[in-house]
Amino acid sequence: MRNMQTKKETVSIFVQNQANVLTRVVSLFGRRGYNIDSLTVSATNDPEISRITIVFNVTDASLKQIITQTEKLEVVREIFVLESENSVYRELLLVKVATTAQNRCQIKDVVDIYRGKIISLSRESIIIELTGNSDKIDSILKVLSDYEILDISRTGTTGMSREN
Amino acid sequence: MKLLGAQIIAEVLLDHSVDTVFGYPGGAALNVYDQLYKYSDRIKHVMTAHEQGASHAADGYYRATGKVGVVIATSGPGATNLVTGLATANMDSIPLIAITSNVPDAFIGRDAFQEICITGITMPITKHNFFVNDINELEETLRLAFKIANSDRKGPVLIDITKDVSGEMCEFVNKKPLELKEHPQADIDKVKQIAKIINAAKRPVIYFGGGVIASNAGEEMAKLISKADIPATYTLMAAGVIGYDNPKSLGLIGMHGTISSNHAIDNADLILAMGTRFSDRVALNPDKFGKKAKIVQVDIDRSEIDKNVLVDLSCICDIKDFLLKLLPMIDDAKHDKWITQIAAWKERENQKDPEDGRLHPRQIMEAVCDFTDKETIYATDVGQHQMWAAQYLKHKNTKRFLTSGGLGTMGYGYGAAIGAQVGRPDFRVIHITGDGSFHMNLNEAATAVSENLPIITVILNNSVLGMVYQWQTLFYDKRYSSTILERKTDYVKLAEGFGLQGFRATNPKELEEAMAKAVKIDGPVWIECVIPREERVLPMIPGGGNVEDMIVG
Repeated sequence: MRNMQTKKETVSIFVQNQANVLTRVVSLFGRRGYNIDSLTVSATNDPEISRITIVFNVTDASLKQIITQTEKLEVVREIFVLESENSVYRELLLVKVATTAQNRCQIKDVVDIYRGKIISLSRESIIIELTGNSDKIDSILKVLSDYEILDISRTGTTGMSREN
Repeated sequence: MKLLGAQIIAEVLLDHSVDTVFGYPGGAALNVYDQLYKYSDRIKHVMTAHEQGASHAADGYYRATGKVGVVIATSGPGATNLVTGLATANMDSIPLIAITSNVPDAFIGRDAFQEICITGITMPITKHNFFVNDINELEETLRLAFKIANSDRKGPVLIDITKDVSGEMCEFVNKKPLELKEHPQADIDKVKQIAKIINAAKRPVIYFGGGVIASNAGEEMAKLISKADIPATYTLMAAGVIGYDNPKSLGLIGMHGTISSNHAIDNADLILAMGTRFSDRVALNPDKFGKKAKIVQVDIDRSEIDKNVLVDLSCICDIKDFLLKLLPMIDDAKHDKWITQIAAWKERENQKDPEDGRLHPRQIMEAVCDFTDKETIYATDVGQHQMWAAQYLKHKNTKRFLTSGGLGTMGYGYGAAIGAQVGRPDFRVIHITGDGSFHMNLNEAATAVSENLPIITVILNNSVLGMVYQWQTLFYDKRYSSTILERKTDYVKLAEGFGLQGFRATNPKELEEAMAKAVKIDGPVWIECVIPREERVLPMIPGGGNVEDMIVG
């Protein structure tokens, strides 16, 4: 099963907002042999419900299996796949780049092309903020690798279906 | 009415008709045990020698009676000793309520004496668990635990309660037990579709598992088998659902299943899988399992569909509801040609033990059945004796064969037998074990003696860890690594030391005599049966193999 062709999937899980709920979900993925690429947890408009978004690589057959297993957890209200064709995904990137008086403007141009923001500036470095899907984040990091990157922090993917 | 936390525990147990619990006291559980003392006229507490024994006893109690088992333990090692019992129950979908005490809330997270995070430890081996450090949540949580354990696919639930919660006062609301979730009902169009497939099949086989017991559908299953003239094979979990003498019974399926059952699966044009999960001991090679057949699966748990074997059609529902709807749609059928073919496979099965004056496994199982004096529950441990018990006991009824199917827990049997005997004092309980398994938890003899439970323990002693030894013989070129037991245990003397009677049998006559005495003794008895170490469990399909790989003799 695990040698078959895998593809990247994003699932949203609505869970009861209580102690250990994240552990229960993550432990299930772990012990059933699913490696999580990224994970975000956040509040929703209902204070009793949290939303977990998980990105992982999986075959079609094992996607069905982990969804039905996750549904069985007492704390899980709902789990569904965020299909790429009708969902939006976003990640947030913070990246600190070493700057000099000479290259600062070049870097700003890059940030502008990607519609990012410079949120901190000092004589030696800047911090850039960028939101976008994973590809966009990967892409700016590739461009910025021409400069000296001092620190990177990126969130996992969060997502939402366009449908109601 | 204001009650102590520990009183609330007792009251909620009573609300759920719990009159028997199993457990072991300790420091953090003192408040709970103080109330068990006061409620002792309404709740019987059976104290075992070890918490593991208590957990298996609660499990065996459920399997024998259908009433949820409750086990109580203290914090730290008391709680960790439940782990194997909870995992055993979880793998076999057995509802169990485990109540553990923990250190007072102020000490939680500080590595206090006998503090352990048992909810963390048992997360993967319970259906759900709770940590209660607020007395206002205690009643609701306990009620929820019963609901979760008994709803949908059943399973164990653990509630860890801090010592201060059990000792504080709180208003006891005394709500009613929560309604169980309604079992998913069979979709009538699906049932029609499946009925049509069954009515059209030429070589159908039913393959069923423990789900049939969980939904109490044994009777309906027997009706379907007879009405539709479909031979049926079952998993270890479902031995006894149909009688051993049912002409349509093919016996056990899988690794140590019968020749006829495995050939029938291999040649069938329809496999009706009910309440079962195509485990690796059944579908040893999932890609080749029932390859000529259309496979229909009926189960209460959606996650079992397509998990191990891909099926053609499935119905997510309660088995009993499914069968009740299905039966009127089924034609009275005769599959004579198919039944004749199966009879030919069955011909190859009835290998008799040699009559060499020694004891042999099949003979022991048959003798045990012949010499028991009343309706009997059999509890086993794990290994060769377990397979022989599954193969050769004369299974007659559902809920009479208690065995650790999924987890394969050596040491399960004595505790389970104790739970069964406590729950069914009117029945005979026979514990069948091997010399390997028995050494794991034979300390529970102390419990059987204290409670004066007339359990007969039959020990098949071949002086080896037989199942592992068998694999080493077949697949490891007879390198018997750590399987030849150089033990000098004298079971007759050891029995005496525990305060019970023991017998030793080396031939059929001695076994008969021992059984005849054992059924007359008002208390636990051990019968050691000495068998040759080269006895093997056959037939056998090696792991990952298929019917062509079957070793018959």
